[in-house]
Formats: sequence, structure tokens, C-alpha cells
Amino acid sequence: MDLGLSEEQEMLKTTARDFLERECPKSLVRDMMQDERGYTTELWHRMAELGWMELVIPERYGGIGGSFLDLVVLLGEMGRACLPGPFFSTVVLGGLVILAAGTEEQKQELLPKIAAGKIILTLALMEPNARYDASGVRTNATADKDEFVINGTKLFVENAHIADYVICVARTVKTKVPEQGLTLFLVDCKSTGIKCTLLKTLAADKQCELVLEDVRVPQKNVLGEPDQGWAVLEKVLEQATVAKCAEMVGGAEATLEMTLDYAKERVQFGRPIGSFQAIQHHCGNMATDISGARFVTYKAAWMVTEGLPASIEVAIAKIQTGHAYQRATILGHQIFGAVGFCMDHDMHLYYRRAKAGEIVFGDGDFYREKIAQELGL
Amino acid sequence: MRFQFTEQEEAFQKEVEDFLKKELPPGWVEESLQWPGGYGSHEVDEVHWRVNQELQRKIAERGWASISWPREYGGAEYSPIEHAIFDERVSYYRVPPPGFGATVAGPTILLFGSDEMKQEWLPKIARAEVEFWFAYSEPNAGSDLASLQTQAVEKEDEFVINGQKTWGSGAHLIDYAWVAVRTDPDAPRHRGISLLIVDMNSPGITVRPLTNICGIHSFNEVFFDDVRVPKKNLIGEKNQGWYYLVAALDFERLMVGIGAFKRVFEMFLDYFKRTKRDGMALKRSYEVRRMMAEMAVEVEVAYMFYWQTAWMLSKGLRPDTEASMLKLWVTELSRHFADAAMRVLGPYGLLETGSKWSPLNGLVPRGYLDSVSATIGAGTSEIQRNIIAVRGLGLPRK
Repeated sequence: MDLGLSEEQEMLKTTARDFLERECPKSLVRDMMQDERGYTTELWHRMAELGWMELVIPERYGGIGGSFLDLVVLLGEMGRACLPGPFFSTVVLGGLVILAAGTEEQKQELLPKIAAGKIILTLALMEPNARYDASGVRTNATADKDEFVINGTKLFVENAHIADYVICVARTVKTKVPEQGLTLFLVDCKSTGIKCTLLKTLAADKQCELVLEDVRVPQKNVLGEPDQGWAVLEKVLEQATVAKCAEMVGGAEATLEMTLDYAKERVQFGRPIGSFQAIQHHCGNMATDISGARFVTYKAAWMVTEGLPASIEVAIAKIQTGHAYQRATILGHQIFGAVGFCMDHDMHLYYRRAKAGEIVFGDGDFYREKIAQELGL
Repeated sequence: MRFQFTEQEEAFQKEVEDFLKKELPPGWVEESLQWPGGYGSHEVDEVHWRVNQELQRKIAERGWASISWPREYGGAEYSPIEHAIFDERVSYYRVPPPGFGATVAGPTILLFGSDEMKQEWLPKIARAEVEFWFAYSEPNAGSDLASLQTQAVEKEDEFVINGQKTWGSGAHLIDYAWVAVRTDPDAPRHRGISLLIVDMNSPGITVRPLTNICGIHSFNEVFFDDVRVPKKNLIGEKNQGWYYLVAALDFERLMVGIGAFKRVFEMFLDYFKRTKRDGMALKRSYEVRRMMAEMAVEVEVAYMFYWQTAWMLSKGLRPDTEASMLKLWVTELSRHFADAAMRVLGPYGLLETGSKWSPLNGLVPRGYLDSVSATIGAGTSEIQRNIIAVRGLGLPRK
């Protein structure tokens, strides 16, 4: 048993922390919330230069062949910095799907571009029924000569408005078992028939509505096996969930540190408020929840990295992390008092992300039911 | 990073498991009413006490009572991870862990005792021939232990003890007391405390039973009236007791009976899977599904705190904060679990052992009572939060 990070991972963590503290100040985070595109190409290219986009891409596709666990370490720092932009959607939702599902040819073509930060990707799974399961997919694709024609509406497609390609999940065969007959399509965002509308959301995280009307996609843009898309997606959704947990743990840790600094400084009744047990116990609870979240997230990440069955561990990580981050931001707000309730303050950046993160890829209720099923109840 | 045992660790886990399966009487696990995290049900009845004594001797024969001590003193020199594996399996089989002699008194003597004291006590402790009860708390010294008042005055080659101790677990059954006494009433309070070993057969000791909330005689009030103790029974140096006592916390960090949480979780899972009420399988009930999913999360988080603490010990790091988080988490879980079981079972949850209608042999009402002690004993939840906040997070005391 070894529960520590490797030397390289520690180094990645430090480098990422230093870089993001410098290049991604909260002023930028705020600007990007207002900005329609939600990222700056300058920062995007600097991240690419640091090798972040190529981190999990194998060497033969122009990457550096790091592990999923390495990515988890990096995402923790991104969550800490509230990094805006399309890293998650491109590398996790796009890159990992292509890695898992793509044909050799597709990998040769797309992965080097991801590695170099040349394309932006995203995944279009959810629809207006707001479900993460296979039966929620109503968008359909019908074959027409050497093309497919896609029709449907996708909702909560992160960064679709700036993406070059969206990986669209569509039904190609109507079956009794919803997990069968789904296909992944690599859809060029410039295709005719796509209408993208940016949605205003709590965390300003650039979610979009994507309406596809007779969108024609060439056969060669089918990612992996036709009709077998769900099996791949299920695995990648596990990875994405753990990746999101890592980001959230980073955000929660930053929330706690920020709160502790304040509790040590802020004087009321002639002493720092951090010396009052009421405040100390809030902080103790925050720290305990967050440590628990970090440990279960790392365990899930390790299992996913090793290719071990991890449904329960992933579910546990998402529940604990969602709970810990949310409680940390609520208690943090309580400790900051009125000053935290202002746009100028950083607390709301985390408070918003905690809630968005808790919901994305399935909330506590969703994963509790999943655990119950896994337990044979 | 590797969340997996080495081959050696796995083999050891199996060895412990095989031993327990062989030595435990049939029905032991199912009949046990000990609630995870609770302090009230350890000494259940004479039969269990005797089985456990016998078992502890066999554990000691294998060197597992003194599992991490040096071989020189009868130990087995196992790593903290292996030690943690041992405690996990033992508690999973719902056996009380080796007593405080092996887990706290022995290691304290090992670190701070004189050579003479080591020779006298360590082999006996390793063989589980002697046991100690912990005489720390007093009526007016609970969470604020350093305010303890029981006095020991030097007279020639003896100490003479006067005072009252309380919550002495097993003081009515155990041969020796491990007593914290005030030896310098004028010194600042942390610097006037010493530790003494007291033979319970000494004249002047009165043991009065306290019946705990579960209806079990596990605690005692103990009165010391001019009790004479030879000076050679002083641990280390005079007036250094507080530091030994704090250092000894290191030895009991993992003693949370972690495996019992998993085992009880599995017992409930099995119960819900096979039980119908009013024609409906309980496993279909939303409340049951939710409860078990919540408990699955909390038990897993508890395990992660446990292994993190063990791993840090194995790396020579000090898991002060992690150990407090572990204690806080598992004991709060002890309560949550009992509350959730009560909520889900409704009136059936009220049924004590002895009725054919009692779910899990009446474990639930026992747990509901016993879990009250979990968040109090060995440092209340509030004390743990203080430790995390002040020592771990660096918040100011004043």
C-alpha cells in the first residue's frame, strides 16, 4: 500500500500551482465569467506549451503518455484556481472518448491536435430530459448512403459555442435495451443544421443548447464501433466523474485555506474569530470532509487508472466530494460573513462551482441509487 | 500510489483471517451485540469474557498482541500497515482488540521505561499474562484531563496514592491499573503529573461498579485511600507523565475497531436482502436503499482515513490531524448508522435481543444506546475538532 504521490506528480502539482497563481488570477476568472468565449487563447497556448493538453495522450500520438492519475493531480490545481476555459471538455470529455473509442486513423488525426492545443472539443450527451443514462438519448441518426443524418436537441453541452468538434451521442438503432444502439459521432461544429445557444448558468461555465437539424455527418466520423457507443461512454463518464471530483477537491481545499486565513486575521470581540470554538469546529468539519473527499477521489482515480471495476468507488467519490465542497463553501461563507456576500470577494466563485460540480455527471441521489443497485439491493 | 496490499500483506491478512475463523466459537459474529465505535458493550457477559481472554492468549502466542514491538521484548516487528491489517481483521470478526497493556502500556514502557521495568513487564504483556485498565478520568477531570487531582506523595521507597478515578473500564476484572497521578501540586498543571502501575490487590482500593446505558457493568469508580505503590512502578521520570500520556496517543490511533463497521454494514445488507415486510422486500424500499448507500459512503471514507493514518505511520510521518479525523469520522458514523437503522426499521428497531421478532438479534437498540458513548470516549467529537482546528489547521488558541 502506498498512498503518496510520486515525485513527478508532486512536481507537476507544484508547477501547475505556481503557473496558475501567476497566469490565472481571480481577476481573469471574473473576466471570463463575463466573456462570451470564456477563455483567452493566450493562456490556452501557454498551457499547451507546458504540455498539459498532451499529458494523457500516448507518445505515438504526439503526447507524453502520462497516466489518468497524473491528469487527476493537474485537475486538482485547476479546480483550486477556478481555471476557466475548455480544458476539461477538450481533454477529458473529448480526448478520453477518442482514446477509448477512436479508430487508429481517427486517433492519428485528432490526438496530435489535442496534444498541441489546436482544437477544442466537447461531448453532447444530455438532452432536455436532463438524464445521464442511455435511455435519455433521444437524438437519432439515420444512415443515408455514406452519411448519417442527425436530428435532436442536446442540452448542457459545455463549450459547444467555441468547439471545433462536438462528440454527439445519438441513437442509430431502436432497441429494447437502451444501452444498445447508440453511436458516437464526431460532428464538425461548422456543419449546416447546427444551432448553438449559450446558456447563462450559476457558475458561468458556458453550457450550451445544441439543436441539430438534419446535420449530415460522413460515415468516417463515426467514433469507434457503430451502435456500441454506450459501453465506451460509460467508462469515459466514470473517468470524467473522477476528474470532476479532483477539480472539486482542489476547489474545496482553496476554499478552506482562504477561510482559515481570514479566521486568523479577522478580529471581533478583541480576538481573532478563529480562536472561537464555534469557528474552529466549522473549520474542523470542513477539513475532515475535504480530506475524506480527497482520499476517496484518489482511490477511485487509482482504480480507474488501473482499469479495475470502480463503479462503487466512483459513486462514493462523487457523493463525498459533492457534499464536502458544498459544505465547505457554505461554512466558508458563514465564517466570512457579509464580506463574502459580495461580487468582489472570491468566495462566490467557489460557491457557484461547488453547486455546479455537485450536479454535473449525476448528483448524490443519482449515485446513491447506483450504489444501492451495485450492492444488489 | 497504490491502494492495494503487497503480496506479503495479503498473505498476512489471510493468516489472521484463517486464525480467527478457526478459533472463534460458532455464532460469535452473529451473536455479538457490540456496536461499532461504542464503548459500552465490550465486556458483555462471563462467557464472552472468557472466550475473549482465551483468544487474546492465543493471539499473544503468535506475537500479535505485541505485533509491532521489537523481537527482543517478545514483539513481532510488524509494520504499521500490517498492524492496521491485524486490527481491521480482528474487529471485522467482532473481537475486541488486544487490551491496553499491549497497545498502550507496553509501547510506553518500551519508549520511556527503565531497563529494569522493560524486563519486568514487557514479556508478561506480550504473553497477555497481565492486563491494565486506564485510570485517567476523574469526576472533575474529563475532557480537561490535565486538571486531575488524585495525588501521589513520596514516602521512602513508595508512593502513597489518594483520590478517585472514574470510567475505569474493566477495573473490576483487571489486575493492574495504569494510573495518572499528581506528584507536584505546585508545578504548572501539565508538569506535575506522573504515571504509576498499581496492583489492584493493594490495600486501600475500593472498586464500585457503574452500570452503563446498555445495562452492562463495564465501567467503575475506583477510590484510592493511602494506597502504597513501590517506586519501581513509576513509569519513566517523575512529573513527566503528561508527555508520556500524550506520546501514547500515537499508539492507539488506529484502535477504532474499523472492521466492525464493515461487518455490521454487511449484516444489515444481508438482512435487508432477505427480509420482507407486508409482502414487500425491504431492499425495494427507498429509505433502505438510501440508508445503505449513505452508509457505504461513510464506511469507505472511514476506511480511507484509517489506511491514510496507517500509511503515514509507516512512512514515519505524524498523523496527528488524520488520526483525529479518523476518530471523529468513525464515531460520528457510529451514531449515524444507529440513527439510520432506527429510522428505517421503525418499531422493529426498538426490539431488544430475545424475541423472534428482533432484527439482527436485537443489535439495533443496543447500537442506538451504545453509540452515545462513541462520540464521547477517548476524546469527544468536540475535542477532536479542536485538535484538528488548532494543531492541524493552525487556528489560534486565543
